[in-house]
Amino acid sequence: MSLAEYKYQDIIHRCFRCGYCKFPTDWDDVTNCPAYARYRLESYSTGGRLWLIRAWLTGEIQWSQHLAEIVYSCAACKNCVEKCPLSFHNDIVNMIIAAKNEMVELGLLPAPVKKFLQNIQLHGNPYGLPAKRRKAWMDGLNIESYHGQEYLYYVGCEGAYDTRAQLAARAVATLLLKTGISFGALGNDEACDGNEVEMLGEDGLVELVAEKNIKNFQKLGIKKIITLSPHAYNAFKNIYPRFGGEFKVFHYTQVLQDLLDRIKQDGQSAQGAKVTYHDPCFLGRWNSEYEAPRTLLKATGFQLIEMPRNKRGALCCGGGGGNFVTDFLGGSEESPARIRVREAHATGATILAVACPNCLTMLEDAVKVEGLEEELMVKDIAEILIESKQ
Amino acid sequence: MDPIYRALAEIVGEEYVSDQPEELFTYSKDLGTSEPIQPDYVAAPKTAEQVSRIVRMANQKKVPVVPLGGGISLAGLALPLRGGITLDLKRMDGIIELNEKSRYIVVEAGISHGKLTSYLHRHAPHLMHSEPGAPPAATIGGNVVIHGQGDLAHPYGFNSDMINGMEVVLPTGEICRFGSCAIGSGWYTLHPLPDLGLFLGWSGSTGILTKISLRLFPCKKIREMDIFVVEDEELVPDILYELTHAGMAEDLVAWSQEIPPYGNRLHHININITGDSREEMEFKRHLMFDIRLARYIQDGVGGIAAVSQDIERPQISKSADWKKGGGFEYVGSIMPVSAYPECYRRGMEISIRHHIPYTILGRVIGSAHGMMFSYSYAFNRADPETVRQAREALHETDHMVLEIGGTIWKPAVYGQQLVMERMDPNTLQLMKKVKTLLDPNNIMNPGNWEVN
Ligand SMILES: Cc1cc2nc3c(=O)[nH]c(=O)nc-3n(C[C@H](O)[C@H](O)[C@H](O)COP(=O)(O)OP(=O)(O)OC[C@H]3O[C@@H](n4cnc5c(N)ncnc54)[C@H](O)[C@@H]3O)c2cc1C
Repeated sequence: MSLAEYKYQDIIHRCFRCGYCKFPTDWDDVTNCPAYARYRLESYSTGGRLWLIRAWLTGEIQWSQHLAEIVYSCAACKNCVEKCPLSFHNDIVNMIIAAKNEMVELGLLPAPVKKFLQNIQLHGNPYGLPAKRRKAWMDGLNIESYHGQEYLYYVGCEGAYDTRAQLAARAVATLLLKTGISFGALGNDEACDGNEVEMLGEDGLVELVAEKNIKNFQKLGIKKIITLSPHAYNAFKNIYPRFGGEFKVFHYTQVLQDLLDRIKQDGQSAQGAKVTYHDPCFLGRWNSEYEAPRTLLKATGFQLIEMPRNKRGALCCGGGGGNFVTDFLGGSEESPARIRVREAHATGATILAVACPNCLTMLEDAVKVEGLEEELMVKDIAEILIESKQ
Repeated sequence: MDPIYRALAEIVGEEYVSDQPEELFTYSKDLGTSEPIQPDYVAAPKTAEQVSRIVRMANQKKVPVVPLGGGISLAGLALPLRGGITLDLKRMDGIIELNEKSRYIVVEAGISHGKLTSYLHRHAPHLMHSEPGAPPAATIGGNVVIHGQGDLAHPYGFNSDMINGMEVVLPTGEICRFGSCAIGSGWYTLHPLPDLGLFLGWSGSTGILTKISLRLFPCKKIREMDIFVVEDEELVPDILYELTHAGMAEDLVAWSQEIPPYGNRLHHININITGDSREEMEFKRHLMFDIRLARYIQDGVGGIAAVSQDIERPQISKSADWKKGGGFEYVGSIMPVSAYPECYRRGMEISIRHHIPYTILGRVIGSAHGMMFSYSYAFNRADPETVRQAREALHETDHMVLEIGGTIWKPAVYGQQLVMERMDPNTLQLMKKVKTLLDPNNIMNPGNWEVN
């Protein structure tokens, strides 16, 4: 494909660059675009990025490493889609992904993106870790391999490999076991869901990954999937149907909210302790699920305090679009994850609840860098449920 | 390494300075029809001290400095006409003091209108500032520097009339304060100290505002928009006269536009009414509609098009997309209200001549002491011919505005030249002296309001 075939040629010039895309729902600040919050130069705002992409397409500017980094700093959080008042707003993130498609086609990628994609291709995960270590998260848990149970429990790459996210994967599994529902996991046979591959613009690899997973799921007779990660949830729900994969997909919070009476815990009483909740973009803005996680949190007895930017207006942790590995938004006091944990801390909450392994690792790292470990703990909702008395 | 780049990086930090083609491209572009002009550097300072250091360095190196807020003036006012350093001021966005009882707020000049509105909503919901119809990313500094007007223009005037104090970095780098804050008192008044009037209206060519104390006004609990409509443009000044006599509205905007069709050739007057109780609202409505406007309704020449509409944040950006082209620019003019009919007719003629759907809007300032009358021209950013057409229409409108006795608001350089051609020669010379005195090296947004 040449640049002339760019899919959004007809609309990319329509961005007026008025800056609505920088704001959250309540206009609280211009920093709700994670990349703009991090860099504070217009080139990193959504409008700036769209104008630069167009300039690249028309030849006004040439490809450069810096241009690619600006494009790949988009975390695909969809805040811009939410706020842009113009009629093409639903296509904004697609326009950016399409530019990434072009860069992939031309082989013009920043090194961390290239590495990310190669690792998926070679090892089935972005970390480049061996596929045979994928089932490590299940060690010591009595989880059955999938063999026709009602649900597949799919943990995804972070849940499988990241030591912190593994704890969340285990907490969810523990609760699922407690509910008594019939489920199994794929262990070493699980492979990357491909959501980030899509966000990084590698169409060919998305197709490969999706088709392989679909084939495997269909062979095993999988019809219903529970995901740990909202990213996987998005992939199965919104990307796989393109390749003929139709499954009933649930984020784990959606399943647990209906089975609360079965997971009653005898843990510590919350005694009015305060918790705040960070909406993951791929559950919230991408899939409009705002209530299931909150229903679970309310059931724990904790006092749920909302951050000023929440639900449709939540600030992204900066990990989307592969950034949890490629890290174009890290390394600064103004990295979105650090801004977010400061915001969480300011609510007076002692727990920052998440429902995404990606957000979990991003925000926990940020808490450490901010030196807030004594005051704010980042926990997955499943972990909170296990520890608390309902 | 380039010494200017090095100096900027040392002052604002490497992260917030760039001389890369991507940033230079981005900051070379305005949203309107202006031709792009690249700066040599872009820097985003965080404090007045950093601004001051940059300006001092720029004087030594004789390199221009162009302050930029939201960058949405549309008139190319923050384009670096002579290159140099574009200073993106949006990191200077702090709220320094809210004084509820004295109804003012001190902010850093790069704060957005959206952020201020949200802050007040949360921390002082009974207070508001005058927010322009511009996108919420517009900054307080960028707006007052060009004498913007907002949704409290009818009761309280231009936004630049609502300033209680300012901190400014002069073109030679000194940080100066004006108003009661200059003598170490609170930021509660700009008067009665000697009026310097050196910075407002100058499009950033005489100094960089870094802090502003803004007046706040009562924000009533119940807010609604009513719309009165007439077909005959000649009636609009009379109706506005009646409405401003009643003095019950918070905002008065008359408009007519080709798209959507219900706006075509009809004159809508948006009337914002606010109150703390139903009785107050009822009383205001009664005074305006039953008493002041009844005769137009009885005569069958006017009608109430809508009542009790929610007042929503204006989304004028949408007009950029009427040609599915992502662009529009307007000539803003300050006019006597009595000129409405002629403004409308002449504006429509220009639009028709340039094949652009007409959009004409006038906001009442004060008790009908004036009107900000805008003529908008949409264009397709991907079609240079439509950009050219819009630019021609804008230039033609600049001429027309002056011809019919108005002044141009926030003129682009083209309009500035037209205004200065007509300006009283003594005034013009004074402008030159002021500029030379303040900015001996002519580094501050050069090319704007430049007296030859
Ligand atoms: C859709 C739309 C609707 C609009 N409606 C309105 C309206 O209702 N009312 C209204 O008033 N305006 C309106 N505008 C015009 C304009 O957007 C606003 O006036 C806006 O407030 C300008 O602020 P800015 O921060 O974008 O300024 P910029 O465009 O960044 O700057 C404007 C000028 O001020 C200078 N400047 C910026 N900041 C400073 C500073 N701190 N110190 C010194 N100089 C500085 C710049 O060099 C430039 O010359 C509208 C614009 C659009 C696009």
